[in-house]
Amino acid sequence: MTASSPGSADFGPDLVEVFGPSQSDGGPELIQLLTPEGERVHHPDLDIDFSEEQLRGFHRDMVLTRRIDIEATALQRHGELGIWAQLLGQEAAQIGIGRAVEPQDFVFPTYREHGVAWCRGVDPLKLLGLFRGVSHGDWDPAEFNFGLYTIVIGAQTLHAVGYAMGMQRDGVVGTGEAGRDAAVVAHFGDGASSQGDVNESFVFAASYNAPVVFFCQNNQWAISEPIERQSRIPLYQRALGFGFPGIRVDGNDVLATYAVTQAALQRAREGQGPTFVEAYTYRMGAHTTTDDPTRYRLSTDVETWKLRDPIARLEVYLKRNGWADADWFAQVEAEADDLGARLREGCKAMPDPDPMRIFEKVYADMPPELLTQRDEYAAYLDTFEGAR
Amino acid sequence: MSRITLAKGLNAGLRKAMEDDDKVLVMGEDVGKLGGVFRITDGLQKDFGEDRVIDSPLAESGIVGTAIGLALRGYRPVVEIQFDGFVYPAYDQIVCQVAKMHYRSQGRYRLPMVIRIPFGGGIGAVEHHSESPEAQFAHTPGLKVVACSNPVDGYWMIQQAIEHPDPVIFLEPKRQYHADKAELDESVAPEPLFTSRIVRPGQDVTLLGYGPTVKTCLRAAEAAANEGRSLEVIDLRTLSPLDMGPVLDSVRRTGRAVVVHEAHVNLGMGAELAARVTEQCFYSLEAPVLRVGGFDTPYPPARIEEDFLPDLDRVLDAVDRSIAF
Repeated sequence: MTASSPGSADFGPDLVEVFGPSQSDGGPELIQLLTPEGERVHHPDLDIDFSEEQLRGFHRDMVLTRRIDIEATALQRHGELGIWAQLLGQEAAQIGIGRAVEPQDFVFPTYREHGVAWCRGVDPLKLLGLFRGVSHGDWDPAEFNFGLYTIVIGAQTLHAVGYAMGMQRDGVVGTGEAGRDAAVVAHFGDGASSQGDVNESFVFAASYNAPVVFFCQNNQWAISEPIERQSRIPLYQRALGFGFPGIRVDGNDVLATYAVTQAALQRAREGQGPTFVEAYTYRMGAHTTTDDPTRYRLSTDVETWKLRDPIARLEVYLKRNGWADADWFAQVEAEADDLGARLREGCKAMPDPDPMRIFEKVYADMPPELLTQRDEYAAYLDTFEGAR
Repeated sequence: MSRITLAKGLNAGLRKAMEDDDKVLVMGEDVGKLGGVFRITDGLQKDFGEDRVIDSPLAESGIVGTAIGLALRGYRPVVEIQFDGFVYPAYDQIVCQVAKMHYRSQGRYRLPMVIRIPFGGGIGAVEHHSESPEAQFAHTPGLKVVACSNPVDGYWMIQQAIEHPDPVIFLEPKRQYHADKAELDESVAPEPLFTSRIVRPGQDVTLLGYGPTVKTCLRAAEAAANEGRSLEVIDLRTLSPLDMGPVLDSVRRTGRAVVVHEAHVNLGMGAELAARVTEQCFYSLEAPVLRVGGFDTPYPPARIEEDFLPDLDRVLDAVDRSIAF
């Protein structure tokens, strides 16, 4: 800090110094149950026992999710997808919360929640379809309690709060009946935290004590802009200003993410209101396949974060304790290979929609003027030999 | 039968809709205890409770965005935007989310919500309280846009909009809220929501108005009648989709049309109407379709707003020009 001039007031700490760079390990406030070296650590408030089966399940989910991401990236390179939003490095954050949500909960994703979609049972081919350009999202949100991807940054956080307000009115919050009480997850990222909608969603959720978990995957980068451009304080601390708790969890630690989000969801279901969970992680890949991160970030950052890989640490933990043997890893790898093959074939086999699809489902019914436009276009197309 | 104002008609219509369907919610700034700054929601919170008549934080995007979530959960939110000029913070949610969710989801998401916007000028207000943003919404596929002009339509149209499965932008001419009274006879069945209608038959020129300008057009027709001219007035009522049937029928008879709205003329509803009339009854036209509207300026200070707003004389001037063509 520079020396104070006479009479200048001291308003508190210099916030630039408080905030660390993106190589930071998240600081002492970071909740962790599994270190990057695969050591299990305990947290006084999160005393949770994971079964071997559960741990293997996390491992399988993360490996398969990573494979979806790798295959999709490759398919984009081969021209089969227009674009792909990569999640590499964020598997633990997504599987952690993806397995913490219960069937009756509802999830509002961004466009990068491929791991959460996996946990909700959405066929990854449906995700590929969106990025291939054959639909804007072709899964039934009501079937999976998983909303459609939202491209406008942060817009879905308000939908999440409104949906949660609906749950309150439906009497499915705070009844004490397990399997009935429900909550909503609002996904967003560090970039979105600057959006007005996200901040308004905090205001509304706090005002109505809505059963929402705001799950922010802070992957340190909003395309080319580092987290320091979005916030001068750790993001989770913002929650306090809105009047609800904020917590920072190691987003590369699937155990911690699961434990923290499970607790936050339970709190919401019980009627205790919203929680902000900042999953501290790193976008190992590009923003999307059109992005070139070498233009704006240091490779040393990426190397630092490679050492915190979410899958590697769980593998070490499983192996060291003898909870997964070579057969398990081979089996998961084989499953990933099968999934990859299915995605490659399924993606290439996806037909383009009929052009007349343009006119469908704009409204519940088709207004006469649109009907005319459609018919005229159909007649126009018919003038081309063999066009249809 | 009772004589009611537009404000009363809307209030009674909202009340009826809330009685008929307990999924109907009213939300917005000051809509609860205060009953809205124009008192359109007066008494509703007292009778239906705070869970159904929701006083919201002061954030328009938040209001519309949370209303979307409520609609996805199965509710039918009726959102009040306090004034036309304050809808823009919610513009992104309306245009990118409300309008597109049905299409995005191939019909799996239904958004049966109504966004009520008091619109138009003439109330002596400060800036941002007198605007006419209808074309911006009518230009957006996925939205339906209607404007009521009188107490009886207010009563029925708000109920029809709430019942409708698609999102509806519902424009209310705020200058008329507490102005003229009309007889409401509930035994007379209303016309369908997305229809235009002739409110005064005539032979010489077709006047097309909606919302606040229907009254202007009717007064112009009255004055013209004294000079021996017969003007037909159509209340468009629906702006998206347009109901061109009655408009084209009328213009084919009169050969002349003048569109009247408070919104800026440039790329306003009048431009679309002129294009469609020209495309669809070119050989019936005796004169180009003329437009009378707000000038292509920001809304002026209130003391000179009557010069900005179309009035009887400017409408008649356009009628003269049409006939003289």
